[in-house]
Amino acid sequence: MGFLTNLINGISLGSVYAIIALGYTMVYGIAKMLNFAHGDVIMVGGYICFIAMNNLGLPPVVAVLLSMVGCTCLGIVVERLAYKPLREAPSLAVLITAIGVSYLLQNTALLVWGADPKAFRSIVDLPSIKLLGGQLTVAPISIVTVLANVAIMVGLTLFTTRTKMGKAMRACSEDKGAAQLMGINVNTTISMVFAIGSGLAAIAGVLLCSTYPTLMPTTGSLPGIKAFTAAVVGGIGSIPGAALGGILLGIIEIFAKAYIGTQLADAIVFGVLIVVLLIRPAGLLGQEIREKV
Amino acid sequence: MAILKVNDLNVYYGSIHAVKGVSFEVEEGEIVTLIGANGAGKSTTLNTVAGLLKPRSGSIEFEGESLLGIPAHKMVSKGIALCPEGRRIFQNLTVRENLDMGAFTRSDSEAAEMREVVYDRFPRLKERLNQRAGTLSGGEQQMLAMGRALMSKPKVMMLDEPSMGLAPILVQEIFDIIKVVNETGTTVLLVEQNAHMALSVADRGYVLETGRVVKTGTGLELLNDDDVKKAYLGG
Repeated sequence: MGFLTNLINGISLGSVYAIIALGYTMVYGIAKMLNFAHGDVIMVGGYICFIAMNNLGLPPVVAVLLSMVGCTCLGIVVERLAYKPLREAPSLAVLITAIGVSYLLQNTALLVWGADPKAFRSIVDLPSIKLLGGQLTVAPISIVTVLANVAIMVGLTLFTTRTKMGKAMRACSEDKGAAQLMGINVNTTISMVFAIGSGLAAIAGVLLCSTYPTLMPTTGSLPGIKAFTAAVVGGIGSIPGAALGGILLGIIEIFAKAYIGTQLADAIVFGVLIVVLLIRPAGLLGQEIREKV
Repeated sequence: MAILKVNDLNVYYGSIHAVKGVSFEVEEGEIVTLIGANGAGKSTTLNTVAGLLKPRSGSIEFEGESLLGIPAHKMVSKGIALCPEGRRIFQNLTVRENLDMGAFTRSDSEAAEMREVVYDRFPRLKERLNQRAGTLSGGEQQMLAMGRALMSKPKVMMLDEPSMGLAPILVQEIFDIIKVVNETGTTVLLVEQNAHMALSVADRGYVLETGRVVKTGTGLELLNDDDVKKAYLGG
């Protein structure tokens, strides 16, 4: 039964990675930049939810919504102030700025909330579910996490294929000049993508902290980097790729921890990135860039 | 009165002076063509009118109103559409989605109306609605690019090298469609290296050389002009 438990935990952790990876991949798809501050938005989401639940005594659902609103605003503000002025700048400048924003968020959190880890109370306050005559225990939060991931994937797929703004987003990702010729406001579209990505980061933050209940200013950075790895493994810019890469990485991490050793788990996760990139440089579901002449 | 009036336009790429004081006019209902060799400044001129490039000086007026400083994404709702060089269709979107993007600024009912017009002009697109645009042949991609531009119901449709890279039979087909589009009430501004085709459909033409207008006349006059013949029509 250990195997099944690990698999469920892996899929659950992977779902969190997948939700974070979506933010990376969508922002990369449209703005062609790696938003390394994305992981820290997760942390901010965690804190907002924590404060709403513990200090303000709000019910979990309201706390999660508040956290999403807060992170969405944060995402839009960061994009407007830090990245938009660099639209025409070399990508290295944008990358360095993103790393700077990441440190800014971490250190602001340190100032505001202190370095002490906070004990995050799970948003799902239910006893574990016992299956197969008590041999298999499943934490309710795992189920919520997986369901949230599925709902988000379905929602985003519908958004990008059925709505005008979603299609405009894909058009912008492909060719900003041509998108402008269609009358699409590229800046608004980029803002929208940052808003969606950051809102999802809030959800990921809450789910992550509910599973691993220590919240501190650096909480988001390692999951952020792993989710970035997941996005690259899946094929950066691809939404299904983010889901696949995230879940794959979650499973590999949990299995490595269970059967090989906790210390080696991260090395193995990043080792997978190297192997995948050697075999498929564009990622598992990524597209090779082709040009039709 | 001219629907589109460009006066003394100067455009730079960094320090390179690409368009040097170009002036031209397009009357409502006309087909006007800008012809010239590679690097003459034709595409630069179109991209500037479309708002993708900012001119250093000069004026662009559309229906008597200045277009300077208006961002590219607001041109479509004014009634100007550009079908860009190299087609630039959205390869990962389906044919239908590409057409939807063309009507981005229009209401759903206007889009539905224009879709019928576009299906009528380009029956081949209608057969391939759910196909990914990147899988279309070159000629079909050109038709899609034109259909997409048409979806915005433009008053002036600008076409940049629609014949580029196409087989002669397709070039003929594309130009026949341009004529029909024009006859059904859309003013056309056409940039072409294929001077012969362009001048035979155009009411008037301007010849550009290294960023300047060097000659202008009706399509027929330019077709029979000795200099034009020598330089652009192969003697």
